[in-house]
Amino acid sequence: MAAIIIRRLLQAIPVLFIIVSLTFVLMHNAPGSPFTTERHIPAPIMAELEKKYHLHGTFAQQYGAYLGDLLHGDLGLSTQYRNRTVNEIIGQALPVSMVLGTLAYAFALLAGTTLGGLAAVRQGRPRDRLIVLAALLGISIPNFVLALLCIRVFAIDLNLLPVAGWGSLDQIVLPAFCLSVPFIASITRLTRGGLLEVLRLDFIRTARAKGLSETAVLFRHALKVAILPVVGYSGPAVAGVLTGSIVVETIFGIPGIGPFFVNSVLNRDPFMTCGVVLVFGLFLILCNLATDILYFVIDRRVNLQ
Amino acid sequence: MNVLRSFYLVVRRDPLLMTCAVFVLVVTTLAIWGVNHTGYDANQISNASLQWPSRAHWFGTDLFGRDLLTRTLYGARFSLLIAAAATAISLGVGVSYGMISGYIGGRVDNLMMRVIEILYALPTLILVIVLVATLEDPATRLLQSMGFRGVQPRVVLLFVFIGLTEWLTMARIIRGQVLVLRQQVYVQSSFALGQSHVKILWRHLLPNLSGIILVYLTLTIPAAMLDESFLSFLGLGVQAPKASWGTLVSEAAGLINPIHSYWWMLLFPGAMMALTLLALNFLGDGLRDAFDPRSSGRQ
Repeated sequence: MAAIIIRRLLQAIPVLFIIVSLTFVLMHNAPGSPFTTERHIPAPIMAELEKKYHLHGTFAQQYGAYLGDLLHGDLGLSTQYRNRTVNEIIGQALPVSMVLGTLAYAFALLAGTTLGGLAAVRQGRPRDRLIVLAALLGISIPNFVLALLCIRVFAIDLNLLPVAGWGSLDQIVLPAFCLSVPFIASITRLTRGGLLEVLRLDFIRTARAKGLSETAVLFRHALKVAILPVVGYSGPAVAGVLTGSIVVETIFGIPGIGPFFVNSVLNRDPFMTCGVVLVFGLFLILCNLATDILYFVIDRRVNLQ
Repeated sequence: MNVLRSFYLVVRRDPLLMTCAVFVLVVTTLAIWGVNHTGYDANQISNASLQWPSRAHWFGTDLFGRDLLTRTLYGARFSLLIAAAATAISLGVGVSYGMISGYIGGRVDNLMMRVIEILYALPTLILVIVLVATLEDPATRLLQSMGFRGVQPRVVLLFVFIGLTEWLTMARIIRGQVLVLRQQVYVQSSFALGQSHVKILWRHLLPNLSGIILVYLTLTIPAAMLDESFLSFLGLGVQAPKASWGTLVSEAAGLINPIHSYWWMLLFPGAMMALTLLALNFLGDGLRDAFDPRSSGRQ
């Protein structure tokens, strides 16, 4: 087990190296310099600037300097947010995004399995059909349309919740909900599908024959097996949470990592962009590994290779 | 032709699927043909700024006094075009990758599937953002050297890279099917009769995969459409004055304020998009139940 985890982590290094290098090359060759402003910058100052940000010399020198910094855990200086290091910005923004993403996904798991269960026990009946339709709608409505709709209705027209911002509990409700909707929908569908398959199996009949209550059959026996596809889905879903949070954070004005990332790409901030790509990539790989381990712990038949 | 026929045979049985298919067809027709028949030009600015929906402007007007119905249909063009092109790319890559991997098998298959696993674990849309934002210049030069002058490089970048992110599932499913199919007696016997590999893949395997290809094709279109709208919403997609549903919604987002409610700006493009996606997802689900009953319920 430990050997497999270590091997997977070692495999992650070349993958991360490739995507960071790719990003660096792309940002380096993109038109426009990170220091372009309306004012003309005199050549000596430009040279000093480039030196300060390790952007002087040939491409190989710059790339080498950046890789050297990376190995020391230094993600470089942001060219857009002057005088701030990328480490500092990510250090402040990442926890915000993680709180939002974790809350949203936790809520999605809770709501999704509940709805999926409610639908599966009434297969083909109106309640089931309604939930299936709602889940499909949840997958079909783009995050940002839903977020804008929620702001309009709940924040402006009904004045129930704040429009934007971050810090208080009521400011979390709308963004977390909007972020979670597509995942609620997917998890509902997965749970329902899993339960429908499991509820037909022999061990469920045995459980019922023993005289267990329907709730006990469902929660103690069926759900344990039926939840497996949801666990498998959770790893790749983290990627969706990340991209979804970019939009949600932008709309709700949340100081998470998403808006920083979009701004850094648009403003040709090479180190910030590479840093965020690296962090996202690492995060995703770790989450996928965690999911696989969890999957293995729940279902020993799974091969971790 | 075969594929279209089987599509029709499945859809005919279910009135709900039929409704969805007709809806998608109507939206597509309106996007292609209807834009020129609303009585307005999609980019014509007028003084009638931000007007309520009325008989003259069914969907109201936007900030620059452009007719929103015309804009919405015009946006549908780009959303549908990019989704269709991206899906075609993902179809080409995914099907050939999956078929080769499954047909050759062994070490090559192992390696190719490992690559897919790695790609699954990458923040693909994040990389697409970087690629689209940085590759505009080379794309412009490439397009000009090829003689396309009226084409926005962004549009091309969008469908190429969205296409390249959405093929993974398709490749996996196809590979799984090919693994089963290549053991079938008719494939074995045509090989024994001296049929070349390419011909076996093309003549014998591909027709048997058409059902499953159709299913994932239908499910890839809405996924590509969502990706496009996401990028356009962030300002990385289609550029003004051209529009897609994503840019229309992002224009509405800029106008949300507590004093005035310009609800039609958000409602019409948003609803149009959500309904189209819903119809496509419905079709995809229905087709999957018909062609791939074992996987129904999953995902």
